[in-house]
Amino acid sequence: MNAETVLEHCRALVGEPLGTVAERWKTEHPGSRAVAVYPVWAPAELIHAAGMLPLGLLGGGTSVELTHADARFQSFVCSIAKSTLELGFQGLVKGVDGFVFSNICDVARNLGSLYKRNFTDAFVEYLHLPQNSTSPAVAGYMAAELRRLAIGFEHAFELPVTDTALEKSIETYDALRSRLRALYAFRIEEPQKLSTTELYVVQRAATLAPPDESLAWLDTLLAELPLRAARPRDRLRVVVEGAFCEQPPLGLLEVLEEAGCYVVEDDLLLGWRWFTADVNGDGDPFTRLGRAYVDRAVPSSTRHESRVHRADGLIEKVRRSRAGAVVFMPAKFCEPALFDYVLMKQGLDRAGIPHLLVEFEEKMWTFERTRNEIETFVESMLFD
Amino acid sequence: MATATAKAQPVTERQYQGRVHERSRQLMSAWMGELGRAEGENQATGALMISGNCVELLRACHVLPMFPEVTALQNAIRHKSLPLILKAEQAGYSSDNCAYVKADIGLFLDGGMGPGKPVPFPTIVVCNYVGCNVYVKWFEHLADISGARLFMLDVPFARTDSPSPEDVRYVVSQLEELIALCESVTGRRFDIDELREILAYAARAEDGYARCKHLTKHRPAPFDSYFDSINMMGPINVLRGTREAAEFFEEAVAEFEGLVGGGLGPLSEERFRTVIEGPPPYPYYRSFRNLFTRWGAVAVQSTYSTVGGIWEFGFRKDPRRPLESIAEQMLRENLTNRSIVARYGQIKRYVEEWEADALVIHSIKSCRLFSAGQGDMRDYFTRELGVPTLMVESDLEDPRYYAEAQIKNRIDAFFESLEHKKMLAGAR
Repeated sequence: MNAETVLEHCRALVGEPLGTVAERWKTEHPGSRAVAVYPVWAPAELIHAAGMLPLGLLGGGTSVELTHADARFQSFVCSIAKSTLELGFQGLVKGVDGFVFSNICDVARNLGSLYKRNFTDAFVEYLHLPQNSTSPAVAGYMAAELRRLAIGFEHAFELPVTDTALEKSIETYDALRSRLRALYAFRIEEPQKLSTTELYVVQRAATLAPPDESLAWLDTLLAELPLRAARPRDRLRVVVEGAFCEQPPLGLLEVLEEAGCYVVEDDLLLGWRWFTADVNGDGDPFTRLGRAYVDRAVPSSTRHESRVHRADGLIEKVRRSRAGAVVFMPAKFCEPALFDYVLMKQGLDRAGIPHLLVEFEEKMWTFERTRNEIETFVESMLFD
Repeated sequence: MATATAKAQPVTERQYQGRVHERSRQLMSAWMGELGRAEGENQATGALMISGNCVELLRACHVLPMFPEVTALQNAIRHKSLPLILKAEQAGYSSDNCAYVKADIGLFLDGGMGPGKPVPFPTIVVCNYVGCNVYVKWFEHLADISGARLFMLDVPFARTDSPSPEDVRYVVSQLEELIALCESVTGRRFDIDELREILAYAARAEDGYARCKHLTKHRPAPFDSYFDSINMMGPINVLRGTREAAEFFEEAVAEFEGLVGGGLGPLSEERFRTVIEGPPPYPYYRSFRNLFTRWGAVAVQSTYSTVGGIWEFGFRKDPRRPLESIAEQMLRENLTNRSIVARYGQIKRYVEEWEADALVIHSIKSCRLFSAGQGDMRDYFTRELGVPTLMVESDLEDPRYYAEAQIKNRIDAFFESLEHKKMLAGAR
């Protein structure tokens, strides 16, 4: 495949229901299973090490109409939680054998419980990911939590996770993450050659494919994209922040670029490129993975980091990507993003970095108002 | 028809303002007085959250506990929360963010919190992350505005039948780190025997609180376990570990036993026994209560009264295992660190053992921990268990979400239907 066919393949894959992807994998790999993880981060390595297919459980977007979930979740609950529950009620995740949730927010916590109660055929596990980033006890706790998940897989599917297999999976995912980091670095340098919608679609497709397959696509893109013919335009380089859980519609990402922005950094699908450096090394792989979650994590609204102020991570991202502004893009009702917005906004104000707030919902389908807001912002920056 | 029924047989409130109410007010005022003097007396203070808190440990470390949630609810009940919420929203907080946090930050922005202000800045901010993710954000913001050192006490969520040894070890280890931090702040050495003594007082208070809650199994219940429990929630969650709190609950038990003996409840007649789920609408506490009073509905149990700890099923602090015992309460023996589905089990026990006629769910926007998924809860109780269930929505802090007429209509329709069912059952 060349770069264009990779992108085409990824677009097609992203359009498939999760259950279809899972069933296809299991047909091709008899005896295997598929386990989907809710944002933001989950140890895909563990699922892979058990010989299963890790999948991203990322809501229903505009593809699913709510007929059950609205009666379970109130009007003030975010769309991704509702549509994820709806996927279960409508049988659109039938074929997925397990689901993993974690403590990213109160809604996700309750969603995990509702999945366990309503879909009793599936394996549903809830991970408590540590919020203490400095305690000497945190590494031991985290390793135990990951082992607990591995034991859960073994009990549910009779698929054990050995240390050797986990080491190999960590290596595979390290390779995947390093390619994604390289692609992000490439976009910082030549954003005209890789649009945000393209980068997003490739990443999203990687949440639906075995990592070896994704690695091949990424290698192709890294080799061929620099050869693309594209002239730099006079656009505003921006960092997009806040869309780490609920998925913005592709139309919104397109509007962002059409309205005059180059997105040079973002936190889309953040959990799939969580670590700032490779996890691999020596020692117990569960401990290493757990330790990395705490010590090598990207800044995130869903993990407390007492060593760095919340705004500093964003400011560093702006500086590193040579961005001129930040577009905050929290999902409607997303408490972690909306709370962090205040601290980060204050930090940006102190640092003299302009910013714009654009709320979204996965199910939104008209973008004209947003386009006007972004265009006005871009014009005020470019012609200042 | 609903109005006509209610008017035909009016139920009145007995205007119970007994010793429990008075003594609770005195104790809480004394604590607030101490807080007000803390800055001038160079007394170290520590901000804590109510849910599954470790107040005994701060007390043993000679750090005076302060609770932003209590300040926020007091402002709401005194109808002062909206201007504070609006201040916070002007500063960038979303209308979709928890209004408790906004009222607290708004208090600072309004000049009501800080050095020399009615509410001092805490010396340390101890984020007891017990279930509620908003706690993490709230205390990050409080530390940011106050400049106080933030200690993140990460309590693994109850995701197995009982906490694992690793969970307990992780929490105990963090409690030891917190002790070291407190020693560095106060300059005083921690004394484990002092903590044991405090825990013995805590166990007495817990026992008294549990006994009070079991007394509502009587007909009529001697107090409303939702609306009147607030008089006990202050002493149990804020003052736990003091001799005064232990004695308060012994007095409360005696007083409630007296009411049981006299066949007295909070209303002139107890027509319906309910279990109430969810926090109350503090800005309209009295109005909301009145909507139930007119139907003779008394809450015999409530989940909100267990956010700090669940003691009615037997758990008590154990001075022989001081840190482990505190860790166990934080990990398992409180409502907020349990899943919403585990809460179904708690409510089911309440309905069965306290012989309730119905479940009332008060769903609030601010606290998704409580509310997200309560539609599923309603479905479980109504369809699977056949328990009549009413769900109404508003907020615990933001008065803009309380629509009195709408809520009244729903409550009236619900009790009218319940009364009809009772009448039919009686006729059979």
